[in-house]
Amino acid sequence: MARVFLPAAVYSTPGTEYRLLPFRFLRLNEQKEILVNDVGDYFIGPVGTAETLVHRKLSRGSDLYSILKAKQFLIDDSSSPLLDLLATKYRTKYGFIDGFTKLHIFVVTLRCDHSCHYCQVSRQTADKSTYDMSFEIAERSVDLMMQTPAKNITLELQGGEPLLAFDVIRHIVPLAKRKAQFLEKNLDIVVTTNLANATDEMLFYLRDENIKVSTSLDGPAVIHNANRPRPGNDSYELTIRNIERARRIVGYDRVAALMTTTQLSLSHPIEIIDEYVKQDFHSIFLRPISPYGFAVKTKKKTGYGIDAFLDFYRKGLAHILEINKKGYDLAEVYAKILLTKILTPYGTGFVDLQSPAGAGINVLVYNYDGDVYATDESRMLAEMGDHTFRLGNVRKDSRREIFTGDAFVNLVSASCNQSLTGCSDCAFQTYCGSDPIHNHATQGDIFGHRPTSDFCSRNMEVIKHLFQFIAQQDKEILRIFFAWIHNSGLKDVNRMAPS
Amino acid sequence: MKLTTSGLAGKSFHSAVVGKVSWQPVPRKDRNKFILLSKDIPADREQLRGYRGFLTTAKPTADVEAVPTMFSAQELDHLRTNDIVAMEPANGFIRTLYRPDSSHNVVFATQRCNSNCLMCSQPPRDRDDTEALLQRNLELIRLIDTPPSRLVITGGEPTLLGDRLFKLIAALRDKFPTTYLHMLTNGRMFAWSSYTARLAKVGHPDFMLGIPLYSDDPGVHDYVVQARGAFDQTVLGFQQLARYGVRVEIRVVLHAITIPRLSALADYIYRNFTFAEHVALMGLENIGYAPRNMDQLWIDPADYQDQLESAVEILSTRGLNVSIYNHQLCVLRKSLWKFARKSISDWKNMYLEECRGCGVRDQCGGFFQWATKLHSAHIHALPAHFDGPQ
Repeated sequence: MARVFLPAAVYSTPGTEYRLLPFRFLRLNEQKEILVNDVGDYFIGPVGTAETLVHRKLSRGSDLYSILKAKQFLIDDSSSPLLDLLATKYRTKYGFIDGFTKLHIFVVTLRCDHSCHYCQVSRQTADKSTYDMSFEIAERSVDLMMQTPAKNITLELQGGEPLLAFDVIRHIVPLAKRKAQFLEKNLDIVVTTNLANATDEMLFYLRDENIKVSTSLDGPAVIHNANRPRPGNDSYELTIRNIERARRIVGYDRVAALMTTTQLSLSHPIEIIDEYVKQDFHSIFLRPISPYGFAVKTKKKTGYGIDAFLDFYRKGLAHILEINKKGYDLAEVYAKILLTKILTPYGTGFVDLQSPAGAGINVLVYNYDGDVYATDESRMLAEMGDHTFRLGNVRKDSRREIFTGDAFVNLVSASCNQSLTGCSDCAFQTYCGSDPIHNHATQGDIFGHRPTSDFCSRNMEVIKHLFQFIAQQDKEILRIFFAWIHNSGLKDVNRMAPS
Repeated sequence: MKLTTSGLAGKSFHSAVVGKVSWQPVPRKDRNKFILLSKDIPADREQLRGYRGFLTTAKPTADVEAVPTMFSAQELDHLRTNDIVAMEPANGFIRTLYRPDSSHNVVFATQRCNSNCLMCSQPPRDRDDTEALLQRNLELIRLIDTPPSRLVITGGEPTLLGDRLFKLIAALRDKFPTTYLHMLTNGRMFAWSSYTARLAKVGHPDFMLGIPLYSDDPGVHDYVVQARGAFDQTVLGFQQLARYGVRVEIRVVLHAITIPRLSALADYIYRNFTFAEHVALMGLENIGYAPRNMDQLWIDPADYQDQLESAVEILSTRGLNVSIYNHQLCVLRKSLWKFARKSISDWKNMYLEECRGCGVRDQCGGFFQWATKLHSAHIHALPAHFDGPQ
């Protein structure tokens, strides 16, 4: 049977006009610029690419036309049915909003045995009655938490040093579990502790209740002890001993560590990272200090400019990549979050880097005294006398009142970087976030001022830095990045990939 | 392996018969399911009574007409007892529909297709056979005794069965709920959400669609399948299938038109169809329409290893399952061997003269029987422990 075959030209798109779909662009360096669309798909091309595209100078049939059409930077008369595809990708990218508040932080006590320079808000006191969460407030907080529509929720027990109020923990945990079970929610529980006061009995309790441990490790002894003073100046030794004990009792993979970067840390990225390797951790979060709590008061001792941090970050990341190449899996958490946004169709609900901002929407903080805050940072501001982000109190306010109150409404008016000056036309908008509370704390205004924002400089530079790796198309580095994204190791990716 | 032969239909044999074949006489009570095979015509005609049909290599004689009979069969040796065949008096074909010993059985849904791919291995015919083939297939399903481990619904384009397709899948679901069912389709019909919803509602417990996508550029895909708008429909089809939770595999045939944008296609698949359970990158089959379009299609597989490796790198590192089908190991870059599957159906594969003495022949899929005319210029025997880079 003779069927007729028609030549390629018959099937190429007719007409000459095309329309633009939402995208933003940025010059990366003298030669290259980057175009990013609303769903985070990007194209790196020579300077002038955006101009050619916008001025309708792109010729049909060119490779660039095909690429930008496939990535949905432009649309022509033949591709309108595919707008549905873009909508699906948009929903996927913002899927993290689904379910509303997922992370619920309980400040079970303000008391602490440490007196860290960068903290924040804790008190060195034995006065249980003033600074511990009462059972009544704990119960009301659990009630409020369980009203979130989210199916998967995390309860983070923190302080102060939460293990100093272990009776409160033992009161909250079974209550939260019962309610979660009744409401068919999946509940994860984490305790953020320096472990200094952890008895074996406490650790057995954490094991039996399937509670994860997050502790602080700022680097080798010289840095850790300087950052985290306590009577006896033995925080490091204590921490290492206790990490070992917690791993043995609670479970090896149930113990994680976080570091905070102080001025002292800045000149020691290698030593800090090597300490994490030495302690057999497989992720490290190169976090800058928050401009809150005692950190603001003691700025001379702990504070630094964003350029110094970025220098620390770049050196650290380079070292981390070398470590991975040598066969030890170590993920840098901030890079991992950004790379997930850049290299995958998914978004991430990391509360410090999302739009709409995580504050209130993805995280709520229940203070020991019943006050409810949008974030941990809002609570620290309050401890310094600034109650702007106090959303309510579990004793008097319902969920509805909290989420329709002036404080929350004011906060969310600055929560979307899509509508913030300086962000609305930024190429990295889809990858970045907004942080009205940080803006308020550092610039005195929830909307903030991007040209002088350290949040903005940090993220712009880190994202650009990551794109330099991506643009190089180095197979090994990309495999390391995907190992981080998949929460697996380089060997696992190598096993899946051509070799 | 032969699957079709022909013979002369008896004078009073007019409508097609599907049955199980047997070389040995069958007890009378079971005969109504069987087609008896024989080299000669039994002298005692009673021995034919009650069979669904009779197939013989013997010349026609007048008086066996009580049973639907095909005489002068060119060949019957390829048939084994319990194979299921169709005897078609209209054209004299004797087609093997099912072989219990094979894991490559297909349910042939229709010869019609709404695409007309340049390299179609099974060129469509524009004749409405959908109801006749549905009835034949339902009968086939009734005749299969032991649940097969897997079955493939193919065509033509099975979705052109419309509602009949759901009947076919439901029949398979009811009789063989543990059989893995794969259906090859161009996916265009699934752009209609109501059709997709109804497919999902059939609720086969182990069902996946294999859908081809040839480019991230709609014009290129439409050219390959020779149908304007096909890309949009297939892409929207993927969306609907994901929405209704129907599992999909994406199939890409590698040839001169699909190779230039293969990496871009891999990225497109990941960005848009991350939910695909499997991506199959397939070598060209030199049969059907392919030979007459070979000028546009041919590229020696040895010459596209860079593009192939790059696409596999993109897909596999992002967590998608990738397989390479229809490629001989001697032309496949060593780094890609672990993705190569021996995918050629047992009745279609063979090896060349050049393969004599090859040390990895057991791991190699070999060739389609029709590839002997056109294949890579780089076919050569390999040592048993070959591990040098190419």
